[in-house]
Amino acid sequence: MNPQDHNETFSSRAYLDMELLRFTTAGSVDDGKSTLIGRLLYDSKSIFEDQLEAVVKASKRKGEDRINLALLTDGLRAEREQGITIDVAYRYFATPKRKFIIADTPGHIQYTRNMVTGASTANAALILIDARHGVIEQTHRHAFIASLLQIPHIIVCINKMDLVDYRESVFLSIRDHFSRFAGKINLRDIRFIPICALHGDNVVDPSANMDWYKEGTLMHLLENLPVENDQNLTDGRFPVQYIIRPEKDSFHDFRGYAGRIAGGVFHPGDQVVVLPSGISTKIRQIETFDGPLQEAFAPMSVILTLEDDIDISRGAMIVPVNNKPCIAQEIRMMICWMNERPLQLDKKYTLLHTTLETKCMIREVRFVVNVNSGMPREESSDVKTNDIASIIIKTARPVFFDPYSKNRITGSVILIDDATNETVAAGMINGNCP
Amino acid sequence: MSLYHLTHLKELEAESIFVIREVAAQFERPVLLFSGGKDSIVLVHLARKAFYPANLPFPLLHIDTGHNFQETLDYRDDLVKKIHAGLIVGSVQESIDLGRVTEETGYYASRNVLQTITLLDTIEKNKFDAAMGGARRDEEKARAKERFFSHRDEFGQWDPKNQRPELWNLFNGKKKMGEHFRIFPISNWTEMDVWQYILMEKIEMPSIYFTHEREVFNRDGVWLANAPFMKLKPTETVEKRTVRCRTIGDITCTGLSLSTADTIEDIIGEIAATRVTERGSRADDKRSDAAMEDRKKEGYF
Repeated sequence: MNPQDHNETFSSRAYLDMELLRFTTAGSVDDGKSTLIGRLLYDSKSIFEDQLEAVVKASKRKGEDRINLALLTDGLRAEREQGITIDVAYRYFATPKRKFIIADTPGHIQYTRNMVTGASTANAALILIDARHGVIEQTHRHAFIASLLQIPHIIVCINKMDLVDYRESVFLSIRDHFSRFAGKINLRDIRFIPICALHGDNVVDPSANMDWYKEGTLMHLLENLPVENDQNLTDGRFPVQYIIRPEKDSFHDFRGYAGRIAGGVFHPGDQVVVLPSGISTKIRQIETFDGPLQEAFAPMSVILTLEDDIDISRGAMIVPVNNKPCIAQEIRMMICWMNERPLQLDKKYTLLHTTLETKCMIREVRFVVNVNSGMPREESSDVKTNDIASIIIKTARPVFFDPYSKNRITGSVILIDDATNETVAAGMINGNCP
Repeated sequence: MSLYHLTHLKELEAESIFVIREVAAQFERPVLLFSGGKDSIVLVHLARKAFYPANLPFPLLHIDTGHNFQETLDYRDDLVKKIHAGLIVGSVQESIDLGRVTEETGYYASRNVLQTITLLDTIEKNKFDAAMGGARRDEEKARAKERFFSHRDEFGQWDPKNQRPELWNLFNGKKKMGEHFRIFPISNWTEMDVWQYILMEKIEMPSIYFTHEREVFNRDGVWLANAPFMKLKPTETVEKRTVRCRTIGDITCTGLSLSTADTIEDIIGEIAATRVTERGSRADDKRSDAAMEDRKKEGYF
């Protein structure tokens, strides 16, 4: 990107028209993931002089010949000392078209748990493959987690092309291998790019070494991935988050339901049902600080007022009369276990789902998944840290949900251990309504 | 572009409002940490949007080092009056007088580190269980690992290696007695987002963000404001310069930039052209490579 483009990014008219793309990165140790992120930040001029200076100094201290871009992303002292990444870190950069949020997840420690966390909010996943090694066990795991979390777009970066003499045949064979097993695990939109993060080939600028590759660079792809259909705009879902009752004379009878729209589009006058009571009413107004709206859609944060005075509290859900979610107390889901204390059957956990909180018990572990193949594991059904399993839970109160494949907000839950208050599992609700 | 589409600033706004409402819903005694800086000003603006047409359901808390720019204090008092918010002030001077902390001495003396004790004492005294702040992940590398909901033990400490995973928009605010949360609703905003939002929303800003004449002196390449409590080295001389603040903190550690920017548009142009991070001018971060991480673990903002 030239300096002129950079200035254009921040001209206010362009800035007010930019989109947001969140992506996560997955790679094994030494795949060059940190180098790639460093390269994206560096080449998009998102690295400031003082940050770069610190990295140059640190690289020299370590006796390295060239600037180690990976050092840009190591946040904690222990990480810099040990040369590893401990936790999910978030990075930001912008181009004239888009602002990007990267969830940078470590390649080894607590791998599954961290990638699941990073993937939960991502529109896209970058999966790195070392061109010398091709598709390995970890690649299967990354692809499986991406499919489990339903990340809409997958970009497979075949890195270190310089070490295989930029040969097209290597790229093609890895692409075919990946496509073959991806076909078995339900990945929707997959793109492949041959890159060399270290030298910058096909990252921001086209590679002079790979003229056989005619598609756009990684940056071009990130700027142009279609994200507008990543939200569910079909099924209206409004989880009530907070009740607003101003103690002011000018708003004497005002009773507003604040929340973030989890799906669909709402209008004043829409016929709606309030769950769990099942009472129907109409939307009176959609209120915001900036004035009333004629229309509001996911993922906006708004306030609804209703025609009738109904008893509604946090955890209720307002939905269209003719399009209700599933309502159940026995729910099947895939979970990623995230805590050192293993899953315990028939123990009480707290479940958070949209703005609803209820107690639950895990009734059955149906199977534990082999994360490298995506197939059920034959051996023991103990569920420990970083395991993916299919379970059935029983909740104390009815839950209003959609399958995760239909809506990532109304289809997801977390489980909390009441003894430690820690988040122990992330769950994605399966299948259809019971 | 589809009809049902939010720009990135509107999406960030919607996310922050959601987080602020979660705080009000999940906690009994939340508070909003207000420094008078641009990030906390944006946070207050977002909070007003979150609870409109009601007033904020929590007070603002200002930790006063006693070394503030007068313009910051005036802005704070006007704002509180305008939006009918409660204000609690935690005084570092009081912590010093009570012997809770010892004042640093020497040329680099700053009350920046002492604030942590005053903050933790104020949180404990008022039994606040959630303190919202305007910290952003792009500010500093230790902050890149921070959660929206950041758990603090009974000593107010942060354990970066043992944070709760945070997924989707499900925030776990569960805690034991005596523990509290720090919450960062604008985690995903960058410095540029904050200024563009201020422009878009026409938010009024304290005058010291804009160009003005001030008595300053240069120390280690950083322009600092002269004030009665600043101790100058023999080689340092006070001069008048045309400056503005890029960040606002305690006078002792707020670097000023030589600038003639007198509108938000000018400031944005200046930031777009700047090649140093905003914290690059903060003396408090220059103490060591892990200065921010260390202060955060102890319970800093």
